[in-house]
Amino acid sequence: MHMPLQDTLGLNLLAANQHQAEHNRHHFDAWRLLCINLMSSPGAGKTSLLERSLVALADDLAMAVIEGDMTTRLDAERLEAVGVPVVPITTGRACHLDAAMVSGGLKQLQQRLDPSTLDLLWVENVGNLVCPAEFEVGEHRKVALLSVTEGDDKPLKYPVMFREADCVLITKTDLLPYLPVDIEQMENHIHSVNPRCAVIRVSASSGNGLAAWHHWVRTQQAMVCVPDPSPLVVA
Amino acid sequence: MHEVDMTRCLLLSMHQWKQTHDPAVPAVQRVHLQVGTFTCVEPEQLQTSWRAAVVGSWLAGAELAIETVPLIGRCLECGTTYSPDPDRAYRSPCCDHPMEEIVSGRELRIRSVDYTLTTASAV
Repeated sequence: MHMPLQDTLGLNLLAANQHQAEHNRHHFDAWRLLCINLMSSPGAGKTSLLERSLVALADDLAMAVIEGDMTTRLDAERLEAVGVPVVPITTGRACHLDAAMVSGGLKQLQQRLDPSTLDLLWVENVGNLVCPAEFEVGEHRKVALLSVTEGDDKPLKYPVMFREADCVLITKTDLLPYLPVDIEQMENHIHSVNPRCAVIRVSASSGNGLAAWHHWVRTQQAMVCVPDPSPLVVA
Repeated sequence: MHEVDMTRCLLLSMHQWKQTHDPAVPAVQRVHLQVGTFTCVEPEQLQTSWRAAVVGSWLAGAELAIETVPLIGRCLECGTTYSPDPDRAYRSPCCDHPMEEIVSGRELRIRSVDYTLTTASAV
């Protein structure tokens, strides 16, 4: 005889990934480093932005990059040329990085350096406006890039990505004179789905807006990586 | 097709649940999921991925019952709940306020499992 039974689980569908992501974040916190997950469609300018930001922030922040791509090490090689440790992860068929892949990247990074010497770890996700929004990797902050060439309607067409972002960078603004895009409308659409995120206009080519972006990064790093409290002095 | 990776996460959770019945192996009839419409999950693709993944496994024949949960927002200007419409930029129809609070629609939840155990191992 078989008894029909029902168990209530109430688990997140992605509980296995969430568990690994929390494990990664625990390490980041122990190492006192900020982890930023950069996400966008292919070609929005993640790597170009990083090339500029890695140089501009190098004076005050020690950084490394976990670089996700479906195929090739091309982006990783571009970033290595800047002189920052880069761990490339080629995902094969997967259109996003997940927490287990980033955990693997961290193990490779640990073979090269002591992560507690870092202030900031960048995760450059696979170019995709859909899947990366649902797969946490343990990051403290999510940053989405949207280039002006993609059009002002993308926040409405891919709302989950823009809803999840802590900061949205509108990139390639140097191209605005040549495009019919309405950047005010683009910002309006971003804030319609996510009124709390920061929106910063940048151009990696001209450098416009990068100071504001780097100020945002430094502020987040200071917020997340709070120094050890002073030891109590016992009389 | 990220539903394949989501199915892999689901199978890991199911495997952990199975171990709570060790040494018995529960015969699963149905896994109930709640999937919000404001997620990146396409229920049909999740079904396809699930059916392919369970073939020949301890979950062979188990159905996936997916309850779709609609996107509901709450206008923080006047407190009204509403169905955010992409054609209105998800803003509240009452006050044109941005979609600040999401009441439902972000669910990705394994709600429950229907299964049987033989009487001897059900104790």
